[in-house]
Amino acid sequence: MRPNLKRSLVSGLALGATLLASQVWAKDDITVAMQLEPPHLDPTSAAAQAIDSVVYSNIFEGLTRFMGDGAIVPGLAESWEISEDGKTYTFKLHDGVTFHDGTTMDGEDVKFSLDRARGEDSANAQKALFAGIADVTVVDPLTVQVTLSEPNGNFLFNLAWGDAVIVAPESIENIKTAPVGTGAFKFSNWVQGDRIDLERNAEYWGAQPALAKATIKFISDPTAAFAAVMAEDVDVFSGFPAPENLPQFDADPRFQVLVGSTEGETILSTNNKQPPFDNVKVRQALAHAIDRQAIIDGAMFGYGTPIGTHFAPHNPAYVDLTGNSAHDPEKAKALLAEAGFPDGFETTLHLPPPSYARRGGEIIAAQLAAVGIKAEITNVEWAQWLETVFRGKNFGLTIVSHTEPMDIGIYARPEYYFQYDNKAFQDLMASLNETTDPAMRTEMLQKAQTVISEDYVNGYLFQLANLGVAKANVQGLWVNAPTAAIDLTGVSWAN
Amino acid sequence: MIRYSLKRLLSLVLSLAIASVVIFAVIEVAPGDPASFMLGVNAQEDTLAALRAELGLDVSKAHRYLAWVTGMLSGDFGTSYTYRTPVAEMISDRLWVSLPLALFALALSTLIAFPAGIYAAARRGKAGDMAVMGATQLGVAIPNFWFAMMLVLIFAINLRWFGAGGFAGWDDGLWVGLHSLTLPAIALALPQAAILARVMRSALLDILGEDFMRTARAKGLSRRQALWRHGVRNAMIPVLTIIGLQFSFLLAGSIIIEQVFYLPGLGRLVFQAISSRDLIVVESVVMLLVFAVITVNFLVDLAYALVDPRLRSRT
Repeated sequence: MRPNLKRSLVSGLALGATLLASQVWAKDDITVAMQLEPPHLDPTSAAAQAIDSVVYSNIFEGLTRFMGDGAIVPGLAESWEISEDGKTYTFKLHDGVTFHDGTTMDGEDVKFSLDRARGEDSANAQKALFAGIADVTVVDPLTVQVTLSEPNGNFLFNLAWGDAVIVAPESIENIKTAPVGTGAFKFSNWVQGDRIDLERNAEYWGAQPALAKATIKFISDPTAAFAAVMAEDVDVFSGFPAPENLPQFDADPRFQVLVGSTEGETILSTNNKQPPFDNVKVRQALAHAIDRQAIIDGAMFGYGTPIGTHFAPHNPAYVDLTGNSAHDPEKAKALLAEAGFPDGFETTLHLPPPSYARRGGEIIAAQLAAVGIKAEITNVEWAQWLETVFRGKNFGLTIVSHTEPMDIGIYARPEYYFQYDNKAFQDLMASLNETTDPAMRTEMLQKAQTVISEDYVNGYLFQLANLGVAKANVQGLWVNAPTAAIDLTGVSWAN
Repeated sequence: MIRYSLKRLLSLVLSLAIASVVIFAVIEVAPGDPASFMLGVNAQEDTLAALRAELGLDVSKAHRYLAWVTGMLSGDFGTSYTYRTPVAEMISDRLWVSLPLALFALALSTLIAFPAGIYAAARRGKAGDMAVMGATQLGVAIPNFWFAMMLVLIFAINLRWFGAGGFAGWDDGLWVGLHSLTLPAIALALPQAAILARVMRSALLDILGEDFMRTARAKGLSRRQALWRHGVRNAMIPVLTIIGLQFSFLLAGSIIIEQVFYLPGLGRLVFQAISSRDLIVVESVVMLLVFAVITVNFLVDLAYALVDPRLRSRT
């Protein structure tokens, strides 16, 4: 009896240990949380970043793609050739790529996707990305030729956007609720209001992902987000909404805190057509009245990089122009007096919901008050902001983070909501678009940054940080956010 | 009785019609265009126009109102602007969370309130009564979102008995679903229980002074027997009224608790839909809630008439 018992005990223990070991070994599912739920899952017909966060690179892929460090690398296009005049791009597609429904991905799908995005009834939120395309021709199933009306140095970059992913005519009808792409993960289930489930695509053309299943949960309330991470209900929180809690996670060996950069230039947007902001002296006074570091510390708990122009600091072409707008209240007062406002003036400050705006706005209003500018704060929802500020241009000041990558071109659009109209700048952008030589492009981009900084178009505050929390043994997450994405293809559990 | 019921029914229909106009007008008047919200800052004018046409937003408001109302009459609540799924489907999905949560919370609150209220009434003025009254005073005063956060801190983060939020669904069995609704149900139930216990106590105290209670004692029943057989039954009328009101409140009013526990319920649906200007969803959910409240009131009116003959003859 006794040896028997002993043996069964030992074997039981061994079995238990193996089970435990295999469980640790086999951990191949992950629960990722993000704040906002996507309205639907078609990245080619909405601006919501939450859509890209879920689908980019996981479900859908484009001809080119962003890597976590911001590099543009080949995606579904294996390689490409650019004609001498810079107008014709010939893309060679990967062979053997199939959509999740089993249909083949070939040149016809590429033509369909690009034509759909630039077509007359296109609902693409970034239709301008495709505006330069004159023609798309399928040479053979694996070769596509795209002809541009003008050379465009940004074209490969534009194709990497989530709005430019390749979709199939066979599955386009239900793309919003049952997306069918070519990515390493297949869409499996969506419990609206709660979560989206993805599963590994066994037929994936590239390297198989380490994860077999991924669940993306939506937790909008910052307090609930904190609780969900602390209770280990979620393994990763991408875009963690409460920066004040990050030191606590950092000190806890169960977690790692990921602090990276985004493409979000957070600015005190100024209505350049509305008096007195049509006077450059007033805008300069505004710039000197602001103490960026106090805003970063107070509103973002220290997370964020000061900027002096509308450009991402991690970009090699960035120029540090923060000196143009150093915090100097006395100078601000002097400039106001020079502009004819010795006693300051009154204006409005519209604040959309994100905490960078609401918290930052209170601080900025106080800083402006110190030099005599009385900014009346109005809190608005996004829909209201779009209607009143962005489309109606009915505002004095507002705080917003411009999250599109490489978006300095908006300063060349006089009708854009902050209404900056400078012919020299518009010409500079036009020639930039036609330049493909990297050295010359860098030079022009630096010139552009300097022009808007010295014109004090807007108050340049800080580059929004990309904040994430994850279990300590999750690896392969993007630290930076060159585009909105929770790319799970390289994510795995360390043993 | 028939005339009375018809009159009540007519007022129900009229209330619904007026409510539909008010809801539509109030929600449509809010600034913000659903199409520009969806397409963001880089959208071109032609893209916006294409989307507005696709959503059916390019026709007049009166036209949209009529389409909405006639659709609802035939059971079609329309299609969500942002989610692009039928609103009826979304509502029924969310009801599978909100309805069980409301019932769970109501059951808990009743289970706590009845014994507490009866106990306090039976010990009127003594230490037990004081303790119950003090506790219910606290229960009424504590905001439920704060209480919810405390529950999460203790039971989810420190003790790890429950998840910090989310809803597991009913697919894995009743127990799994109920388990994930336990903390939110407690957070919702306690303030309601506190109110209900106080109502129970005061209703019982009123009854205890009635002649028939003295008669019950005189015929030889003990205090306790009299309380249970005659007191509690008669005190049920005001208590049931309160329970009915609480149910409507729990169904519609758990928005904050759903946010704290990130539950995919009706409240959160409305909250999301408002901020994304998914007007058709907001209108339909609010209309549904109005319908629920008005219908419950109608049924309560009918029940009053059944209980109290004076109501029938008076009208």
